[in-house]
Amino acid sequence: MHLVYPAVLSALLFCTGLYGVLARRNAILVLMSVELMLNAVNLNLVAFDVWLSRTAEETLHSGQALTLFTIAIAAAEIGIGLAIVLAVHRNRGTSDIDKLRDTAEGPDKDGPDSGALAARKADDQAGEKAEATA
Amino acid sequence: MTLAAAVPHGFLSPTGVEIAFLLVGLVTFGAALVTVTTRQLVHAALWLVVTLGGLAVEYLLLTAEFIAWVQVLIYVGSVVVLLLFGLMLTRAPIGRSPDADSGNRWAALTVAVAAAAALVWVVVDAFRATWIDLDGEPAGTTRVTGESLFQNWVLPFEALSVLLLAALVGAIVLSRKAKADATAAASPRTPGPRPDGGGSPDRARGAAGADQEGAR
Repeated sequence: MHLVYPAVLSALLFCTGLYGVLARRNAILVLMSVELMLNAVNLNLVAFDVWLSRTAEETLHSGQALTLFTIAIAAAEIGIGLAIVLAVHRNRGTSDIDKLRDTAEGPDKDGPDSGALAARKADDQAGEKAEATA
Repeated sequence: MTLAAAVPHGFLSPTGVEIAFLLVGLVTFGAALVTVTTRQLVHAALWLVVTLGGLAVEYLLLTAEFIAWVQVLIYVGSVVVLLLFGLMLTRAPIGRSPDADSGNRWAALTVAVAAAAALVWVVVDAFRATWIDLDGEPAGTTRVTGESLFQNWVLPFEALSVLLLAALVGAIVLSRKAKADATAAASPRTPGPRPDGGGSPDRARGAAGADQEGAR
Protein backbone atom coordinates (compact mmCIF):
# COMPACT_ATOMS: atom_id res chain seq x y z
CA MET A 1 0.00 0.00 0.00
CA HIS A 2 1.19 3.48 -0.73
CA LEU A 3 2.05 5.44 2.39
CA VAL A 4 0.28 8.42 0.86
CA TYR A 5 -3.21 7.03 1.50
CA PRO A 6 -3.08 6.86 5.33
CA ALA A 7 -1.00 10.04 5.51
CA VAL A 8 -3.48 12.05 3.44
CA LEU A 9 -6.45 10.59 5.32
CA SER A 10 -4.90 11.53 8.63
CA ALA A 11 -4.15 15.06 7.41
CA LEU A 12 -7.75 15.48 6.28
CA LEU A 13 -9.12 14.12 9.55
CA PHE A 14 -6.85 16.43 11.52
CA CYS A 15 -8.09 19.46 9.60
CA THR A 16 -11.69 18.36 10.09
CA GLY A 17 -11.06 18.26 13.82
CA LEU A 18 -9.37 21.66 13.60
CA TYR A 19 -12.47 23.12 11.95
CA GLY A 20 -14.65 21.56 14.64
CA VAL A 21 -12.56 22.96 17.48
CA LEU A 22 -12.64 26.44 15.98
CA ALA A 23 -16.25 26.53 14.79
CA ARG A 24 -18.26 24.65 17.39
CA ARG A 25 -19.93 26.40 20.27
CA ASN A 26 -20.94 23.56 22.58
CA ALA A 27 -18.06 22.42 24.77
CA ILE A 28 -18.82 18.73 24.28
CA LEU A 29 -18.74 19.11 20.51
CA VAL A 30 -15.34 20.74 20.89
CA LEU A 31 -14.22 17.70 22.88
CA MET A 32 -15.45 15.45 20.06
CA SER A 33 -13.38 17.43 17.57
CA VAL A 34 -10.33 17.08 19.80
CA GLU A 35 -10.90 13.33 19.71
CA LEU A 36 -10.92 13.50 15.91
CA MET A 37 -7.56 15.27 15.90
CA LEU A 38 -6.07 12.71 18.29
CA ASN A 39 -7.31 9.89 16.10
CA ALA A 40 -5.72 11.45 13.05
CA VAL A 41 -2.40 11.48 14.89
CA ASN A 42 -2.92 7.84 15.86
CA LEU A 43 -3.49 6.81 12.25
CA ASN A 44 -0.31 8.59 11.24
CA LEU A 45 1.67 6.86 13.98
CA VAL A 46 0.40 3.41 13.06
CA ALA A 47 1.00 3.87 9.33
CA PHE A 48 4.55 5.08 9.80
CA ASP A 49 5.23 2.35 12.33
CA VAL A 50 4.11 -0.34 9.89
CA TRP A 51 6.24 1.23 7.17
CA LEU A 52 9.35 1.57 9.33
CA SER A 53 9.07 -1.88 10.85
CA ARG A 54 9.41 -3.28 7.31
CA THR A 55 11.84 -1.00 5.56
CA ALA A 56 14.13 0.05 8.40
CA GLU A 57 13.59 -3.19 10.35
CA GLU A 58 12.84 -1.14 13.41
CA THR A 59 11.83 -3.52 16.19
CA LEU A 60 10.99 -1.07 18.95
CA HIS A 61 7.49 -0.54 17.50
CA SER A 62 7.58 2.96 18.89
CA GLY A 63 4.67 4.08 16.74
CA GLN A 64 2.29 1.50 18.12
CA ALA A 65 3.47 2.02 21.68
CA LEU A 66 2.95 5.76 21.29
CA THR A 67 -0.48 5.10 19.81
CA LEU A 68 -1.47 3.11 22.89
CA PHE A 69 -0.17 5.91 25.10
CA THR A 70 -2.11 8.47 23.09
CA ILE A 71 -5.29 6.44 23.42
CA ALA A 72 -4.85 6.22 27.20
CA ILE A 73 -4.09 9.92 27.49
CA ALA A 74 -7.12 10.73 25.33
CA ALA A 75 -9.32 8.66 27.62
CA ALA A 76 -7.98 10.55 30.66
CA GLU A 77 -8.44 13.85 28.83
CA ILE A 78 -12.05 13.13 27.92
CA GLY A 79 -12.82 12.20 31.53
CA ILE A 80 -11.30 15.36 32.98
CA GLY A 81 -12.77 17.49 30.21
CA LEU A 82 -16.27 16.19 30.78
CA ALA A 83 -15.90 16.71 34.54
CA ILE A 84 -14.91 20.34 33.90
CA VAL A 85 -17.77 20.85 31.43
CA LEU A 86 -20.27 19.38 33.89
CA ALA A 87 -18.95 21.58 36.71
CA VAL A 88 -19.23 24.66 34.50
CA HIS A 89 -22.73 23.62 33.47
CA ARG A 90 -23.72 23.14 37.10
CA ASN A 91 -22.40 26.56 38.09
CA ARG A 92 -23.40 28.60 35.05
CA GLY A 93 -26.30 26.70 33.58
CA THR A 94 -24.64 26.58 30.17
CA SER A 95 -21.97 24.62 28.35
CA ASP A 96 -21.67 27.28 25.68
CA ILE A 97 -18.09 28.34 25.17
CA ASP A 98 -18.98 31.70 23.66
CA LYS A 99 -20.78 32.73 26.84
CA LEU A 100 -17.85 32.07 29.18
CA ARG A 101 -16.27 35.48 28.80
CA ASP A 102 -15.59 36.52 32.37
CA THR A 103 -11.91 37.13 31.83
CA ALA A 104 -12.31 38.80 28.44
CA GLU A 105 -10.86 42.28 28.05
CA GLY A 106 -13.50 44.10 26.12
CA PRO A 107 -14.52 47.70 25.55
CA ASP A 108 -17.28 47.41 28.17
CA LYS A 109 -16.27 48.61 31.62
CA ASP A 110 -18.76 46.60 33.64
CA GLY A 111 -16.63 43.51 33.85
CA PRO A 112 -16.56 43.07 37.65
CA ASP A 113 -20.25 43.93 37.98
CA SER A 114 -21.35 41.40 35.44
CA GLY A 115 -19.04 38.86 37.02
CA ALA A 116 -20.64 39.40 40.42
CA LEU A 117 -24.06 39.20 38.80
CA ALA A 118 -23.18 35.91 37.15
CA ALA A 119 -21.85 34.57 40.45
CA ARG A 120 -25.04 35.58 42.25
CA LYS A 121 -27.15 34.01 39.53
CA ALA A 122 -25.08 30.85 39.77
CA ASP A 123 -25.62 30.79 43.52
CA ASP A 124 -29.35 31.17 43.04
CA GLN A 125 -29.44 28.40 40.49
CA ALA A 126 -27.41 26.09 42.68
CA GLY A 127 -29.71 26.82 45.59
CA GLU A 128 -32.78 26.10 43.54
CA LYS A 129 -31.31 22.89 42.23
CA ALA A 130 -30.35 21.73 45.71
CA GLU A 131 -33.82 22.54 46.96
CA ALA A 132 -35.35 20.62 44.12
CA THR A 133 -33.26 17.60 44.90
CA ALA A 134 -33.86 17.87 48.65
CA MET B 1 12.88 3.10 -0.08
CA THR B 2 14.91 0.42 -1.83
CA LEU B 3 11.77 -1.63 -2.26
CA ALA B 4 10.02 1.26 -3.92
CA ALA B 5 12.97 1.77 -6.20
CA ALA B 6 13.16 -1.90 -7.12
CA VAL B 7 9.46 -2.50 -7.79
CA PRO B 8 7.65 0.57 -9.05
CA HIS B 9 4.08 0.75 -7.79
CA GLY B 10 1.79 2.98 -9.76
CA PHE B 11 -1.22 4.84 -8.48
CA LEU B 12 -3.26 3.77 -11.50
CA SER B 13 -3.17 0.08 -10.66
CA PRO B 14 -4.23 -0.05 -7.02
CA THR B 15 -4.20 -3.27 -5.09
CA GLY B 16 -7.27 -4.64 -3.36
CA VAL B 17 -6.08 -3.42 0.03
CA GLU B 18 -5.66 0.05 -1.36
CA ILE B 19 -9.16 0.09 -2.81
CA ALA B 20 -10.61 -1.10 0.50
CA PHE B 21 -8.55 1.51 2.37
CA LEU B 22 -9.76 4.24 0.01
CA LEU B 23 -13.44 3.30 0.36
CA VAL B 24 -13.33 3.00 4.13
CA GLY B 25 -11.31 6.22 4.24
CA LEU B 26 -13.99 8.04 2.26
CA VAL B 27 -16.66 6.80 4.68
CA THR B 28 -14.51 7.82 7.65
CA PHE B 29 -13.81 11.28 6.29
CA GLY B 30 -17.47 11.84 5.38
CA ALA B 31 -18.59 10.79 8.83
CA ALA B 32 -16.01 13.14 10.36
CA LEU B 33 -17.33 16.00 8.24
CA VAL B 34 -20.90 15.26 9.35
CA THR B 35 -19.68 15.09 12.96
CA VAL B 36 -18.33 18.61 12.88
CA THR B 37 -21.12 20.14 10.82
CA THR B 38 -24.39 18.58 11.98
CA ARG B 39 -26.71 20.68 14.08
CA GLN B 40 -28.13 17.79 16.08
CA LEU B 41 -25.83 17.20 19.00
CA VAL B 42 -26.67 13.55 19.60
CA HIS B 43 -26.23 12.79 15.91
CA ALA B 44 -22.73 14.25 16.11
CA ALA B 45 -21.85 11.67 18.76
CA LEU B 46 -23.34 8.87 16.68
CA TRP B 47 -21.45 9.92 13.56
CA LEU B 48 -18.34 9.99 15.70
CA VAL B 49 -18.94 6.27 16.27
CA VAL B 50 -18.85 5.74 12.49
CA THR B 51 -15.62 7.71 12.22
CA LEU B 52 -13.89 5.82 15.00
CA GLY B 53 -15.11 2.46 13.71
CA GLY B 54 -13.84 3.31 10.25
CA LEU B 55 -10.47 4.15 11.74
CA ALA B 56 -10.45 0.76 13.47
CA VAL B 57 -11.00 -0.88 10.08
CA GLU B 58 -8.11 1.17 8.68
CA TYR B 59 -5.88 -0.13 11.47
CA LEU B 60 -6.91 -3.66 10.55
CA LEU B 61 -6.04 -2.99 6.91
CA LEU B 62 -2.64 -1.72 8.06
CA THR B 63 -2.22 -5.07 9.93
CA ALA B 64 -2.18 -3.39 13.34
CA GLU B 65 -4.67 -5.73 14.95
CA PHE B 66 -4.12 -4.95 18.60
CA ILE B 67 -4.48 -1.21 18.06
CA ALA B 68 -7.67 -1.81 16.12
CA TRP B 69 -9.32 -3.77 18.93
CA VAL B 70 -8.10 -1.29 21.53
CA GLN B 71 -9.63 1.44 19.40
CA VAL B 72 -12.95 -0.39 19.29
CA LEU B 73 -12.91 -1.09 23.03
CA ILE B 74 -11.83 2.31 24.30
CA TYR B 75 -13.11 4.79 21.77
CA VAL B 76 -16.29 3.23 20.44
CA GLY B 77 -17.01 1.50 23.72
CA SER B 78 -16.30 4.06 26.38
CA VAL B 79 -15.37 7.49 25.05
CA VAL B 80 -18.51 7.84 22.95
CA VAL B 81 -20.64 6.61 25.85
CA LEU B 82 -18.97 9.23 28.06
CA LEU B 83 -19.69 11.90 25.47
CA LEU B 84 -23.33 10.85 25.22
CA PHE B 85 -23.61 10.95 29.01
CA GLY B 86 -22.09 14.42 28.95
CA LEU B 87 -24.56 15.57 26.32
CA MET B 88 -27.47 14.29 28.35
CA LEU B 89 -26.22 15.64 31.66
CA THR B 90 -25.78 19.11 30.18
CA ARG B 91 -29.35 18.87 28.86
CA ALA B 92 -28.47 19.13 25.21
CA PRO B 93 -31.50 19.65 23.02
CA ILE B 94 -32.60 16.54 21.16
CA GLY B 95 -33.69 18.20 17.93
CA ARG B 96 -31.85 20.70 15.77
CA SER B 97 -30.14 23.42 17.75
CA PRO B 98 -29.58 26.55 15.66
CA ASP B 99 -26.63 27.80 17.72
CA ALA B 100 -24.40 24.75 17.42
CA ASP B 101 -21.88 26.70 15.35
CA SER B 102 -20.33 29.90 16.60
CA GLY B 103 -20.04 33.09 14.64
CA ASN B 104 -16.48 32.58 13.51
CA ARG B 105 -17.17 29.51 11.42
CA TRP B 106 -16.04 31.13 8.20
CA ALA B 107 -12.69 32.03 9.72
CA ALA B 108 -12.49 28.46 11.03
CA LEU B 109 -13.32 27.11 7.58
CA THR B 110 -10.59 29.24 6.03
CA VAL B 111 -8.01 28.09 8.56
CA ALA B 112 -9.00 24.44 8.19
CA VAL B 113 -8.98 24.46 4.38
CA ALA B 114 -5.63 26.25 4.28
CA ALA B 115 -4.14 23.78 6.77
CA ALA B 116 -5.56 20.83 4.83
CA ALA B 117 -4.18 22.12 1.53
CA ALA B 118 -0.72 22.73 2.99
CA LEU B 119 -0.58 19.40 4.82
CA VAL B 120 -1.85 17.33 1.90
CA TRP B 121 0.52 19.04 -0.49
CA VAL B 122 3.54 18.47 1.74
CA VAL B 123 2.63 14.87 2.56
CA VAL B 124 1.95 13.91 -1.06
CA ASP B 125 5.13 15.59 -2.20
CA ALA B 126 7.19 13.82 0.47
CA PHE B 127 5.80 10.28 0.36
CA ARG B 128 4.68 9.93 -3.25
CA ALA B 129 6.91 6.95 -3.97
CA THR B 130 6.91 5.30 -0.56
CA TRP B 131 5.50 1.82 -0.41
CA ILE B 132 4.35 -0.09 2.67
CA ASP B 133 4.96 -3.79 2.32
CA LEU B 134 1.94 -5.39 3.94
CA ASP B 135 2.71 -8.98 2.99
CA GLY B 136 4.08 -11.54 5.39
CA GLU B 137 3.71 -11.49 9.13
CA PRO B 138 1.40 -8.75 10.48
CA ALA B 139 3.21 -5.80 11.98
CA GLY B 140 0.94 -5.29 14.95
CA THR B 141 -0.21 -8.59 16.39
CA THR B 142 -0.83 -8.78 20.09
CA ARG B 143 2.37 -10.75 20.56
CA VAL B 144 4.57 -8.18 18.81
CA THR B 145 2.91 -5.22 20.49
CA GLY B 146 3.05 -6.83 23.92
CA GLU B 147 6.69 -7.76 23.58
CA SER B 148 7.72 -4.28 22.50
CA LEU B 149 5.51 -2.69 25.14
CA PHE B 150 6.80 -4.75 28.06
CA GLN B 151 10.41 -4.99 26.96
CA ASN B 152 11.22 -1.52 25.70
CA TRP B 153 8.41 0.68 26.97
CA VAL B 154 7.88 -0.51 30.53
CA LEU B 155 8.79 2.75 32.25
CA PRO B 156 6.49 4.97 30.14
CA PHE B 157 3.78 2.35 30.60
CA GLU B 158 4.03 2.56 34.38
CA ALA B 159 4.21 6.34 34.29
CA LEU B 160 1.03 6.26 32.24
CA SER B 161 -0.72 4.28 34.95
CA VAL B 162 0.22 7.01 37.42
CA LEU B 163 -1.21 9.57 35.02
CA LEU B 164 -4.46 7.62 34.78
CA LEU B 165 -4.66 7.51 38.57
CA ALA B 166 -4.11 11.26 38.69
CA ALA B 167 -6.85 11.77 36.12
CA LEU B 168 -9.20 9.58 38.16
CA VAL B 169 -8.53 11.53 41.35
CA GLY B 170 -8.84 14.79 39.44
CA ALA B 171 -12.23 13.87 38.03
CA ILE B 172 -13.48 12.86 41.49
CA VAL B 173 -12.22 16.11 43.01
CA LEU B 174 -13.78 18.20 40.25
CA SER B 175 -17.22 16.68 40.66
CA ARG B 176 -17.07 16.56 44.45
CA LYS B 177 -16.10 20.20 44.84
CA ALA B 178 -19.13 21.42 42.94
CA LYS B 179 -21.36 19.29 45.13
CA ALA B 180 -19.86 20.79 48.29
CA ASP B 181 -20.52 24.25 46.84
CA ALA B 182 -24.14 23.42 46.18
CA THR B 183 -24.60 22.06 49.68
CA ALA B 184 -23.00 25.13 51.24
CA ALA B 185 -25.19 27.43 49.20
CA ALA B 186 -28.34 25.46 49.85
CA SER B 187 -28.12 24.66 53.53
CA PRO B 188 -28.92 28.12 55.06
CA ARG B 189 -32.19 28.40 53.20
CA THR B 190 -33.39 24.84 53.38
CA PRO B 191 -36.94 24.84 54.75
CA GLY B 192 -37.52 22.57 57.68
CA PRO B 193 -39.88 19.70 57.11
CA ARG B 194 -37.27 17.80 59.04
CA PRO B 195 -36.72 18.36 62.78
CA ASP B 196 -34.49 21.20 63.93
CA GLY B 197 -31.47 19.09 64.48
CA GLY B 198 -31.71 17.69 60.96
CA GLY B 199 -30.33 20.79 59.33
CA SER B 200 -27.19 21.03 61.37
CA PRO B 201 -25.18 18.11 59.97
CA ASP B 202 -25.94 19.39 56.50
CA ARG B 203 -24.68 22.83 57.45
CA ALA B 204 -21.70 21.33 59.18
CA ARG B 205 -20.89 19.37 56.07
CA GLY B 206 -21.15 22.50 53.97
CA ALA B 207 -18.85 24.34 56.35
CA ALA B 208 -16.44 21.44 56.26
CA GLY B 209 -16.48 21.56 52.48
CA ALA B 210 -15.74 25.27 52.55
CA ASP B 211 -12.89 24.65 54.95
CA GLN B 212 -11.50 22.00 52.69
CA GLU B 213 -11.61 24.38 49.79
CA GLY B 214 -9.92 27.03 51.83
CA ALA B 215 -7.20 24.58 52.73
CA ARG B 216 -6.78 23.84 49.06
